[in-house]
Amino acid sequence: MSMLIFYILAIVAVVSALMVVTLRNVFHSALFLVLTLFSVAGIYVLLEAEFLAAVQVLIYVGAITILMIFAIMLTYQITSKSIRQVNEQVIPAVIIVLVFFVLSLVTLIKTSWPVSNKSLPGNNTFEIGRQLLSTYVIPFEVVSIVLLIALIGAIIISRQDGPSRPGQEDR
Amino acid sequence: MPELSAGLELIGFLQWVYNIIASIINTLGLPQIILNIVLMVLICLAIIVFLALMALFLIWWERKVAAHFQDRLGPMMTGWHGWLQTVADALKLLQKEDIVVASADRKVHYWAPVVVFTACLMAFVVIPFGKGLSPSKVNIGILYILAITSLTVISLLMAGWASNNKYALLGGMRSAAQIVSYEVPLTLSIIGVVLMSGTLSMGGFIEAQGPYFWKWYIWPQILGFAIYLSAATAELNRTPFDLPEAEQELVAGFNIEYSGMKFAMFFLAEFLNMFLVGAVATTLFLGGWQPPLPGLSFIPSYIWFLGKSLFIVFVIMWFKWTYPRLRVDHLMAFAWKVLLPLAFLNIILTAVGVYIF
Repeated sequence: MSMLIFYILAIVAVVSALMVVTLRNVFHSALFLVLTLFSVAGIYVLLEAEFLAAVQVLIYVGAITILMIFAIMLTYQITSKSIRQVNEQVIPAVIIVLVFFVLSLVTLIKTSWPVSNKSLPGNNTFEIGRQLLSTYVIPFEVVSIVLLIALIGAIIISRQDGPSRPGQEDR
Repeated sequence: MPELSAGLELIGFLQWVYNIIASIINTLGLPQIILNIVLMVLICLAIIVFLALMALFLIWWERKVAAHFQDRLGPMMTGWHGWLQTVADALKLLQKEDIVVASADRKVHYWAPVVVFTACLMAFVVIPFGKGLSPSKVNIGILYILAITSLTVISLLMAGWASNNKYALLGGMRSAAQIVSYEVPLTLSIIGVVLMSGTLSMGGFIEAQGPYFWKWYIWPQILGFAIYLSAATAELNRTPFDLPEAEQELVAGFNIEYSGMKFAMFFLAEFLNMFLVGAVATTLFLGGWQPPLPGLSFIPSYIWFLGKSLFIVFVIMWFKWTYPRLRVDHLMAFAWKVLLPLAFLNIILTAVGVYIF
């Protein structure tokens, strides 16, 4: 049963990921990206990583793709132009991609992946929280600071310098 | 479980139905997986039927509440006090021609109402409707609801974009910007409750509160409750935050190019989301399906749950007929400069309180 669900989710994820890169309409590409991320979240649920699945949907679907869709909508007539999907470097790109594909395929097949016999912790959300604030507290804090810096950087780049325009004072 | 047969609780009835189905499956010699699939389908059907009836009821109720606030009677002709009015409206919408604009993106236009309705129904899967009436016991219930409801924004943008109409597009973007902004204080207001109960599951919140009304989280989390209710009203795009579809000033938002049943899907999803807000607020702050005092448990748990949820829905309707509409810059300032700092303050106070006690 779970194998069947896995295959359905995997096929949906792969097919919609292909659609993301091949469709000519960027808005449709963004929507298929949502579908890809959603089916990956489904695979997380199958692996009993519910917390990861919920966070995946919340952040990738609920925030990042919405940001992309906003950018697409604010771009003037982006969908009526025919966007070139390849440039003159298509042959080297294909070769490199093929080499990388073969390499990762070989790695996937040759490596003996370690399998733990330990049973899953009953409440893995609790465990993730504890690990984040004990073992991995330094990386966790560093990531927070990096994100904060990115946030402040974005605000500074988009800020208009000079005196504020009329009508802005009452905000 | 000895308390299963207690009084009017639906759990006894459900146990009876389960036993019948299980015995049928067993006598036919079918594998266990068939039983699971049959049960899943039955649970989904039960939720969908309940929610469809609830949406029809809420639309009628909204009209009655609006009318009585304005000293009118509202729908009176169809049935007793017009209770059949929404049924008649739904039948009328079903027969309407489905008009799609010639220049619309047909596929996206078709899928937008499907996505909004599916996201809305999926969110109800973890709601504990009563004692033992939780369709799925996920241990991250509230996070699941927050994640699934964020799909709504995508469907609004889909609807606005696919209509190929600048007013629909602007309306969709207005709604989406508002919902994304208010999602931040909404999520942060829930963290207070999570800190106090130490769980993310909907059943866990109810267990942590207990059947005594002075133990409910509305008292220590009164600030969180106020932030939750304001942010949720904004998420629902309702007055005083209904700028995306301010009917006196603008044409309606993302849904102006929709007609017939597709329009009805958006409309029903809006009312179901309102009920979802009521249900989540009940679970988080009002003790869920538990009675205010243990002695009152002779009234079935689902009645308590529905009563509390519908009361929250009534309060949201009350807002609509009490407050004037905010200006758009005040709307964003309210989210980022008032609700967000208050939500942070609430988290800090709760964390200190939990640490001390």
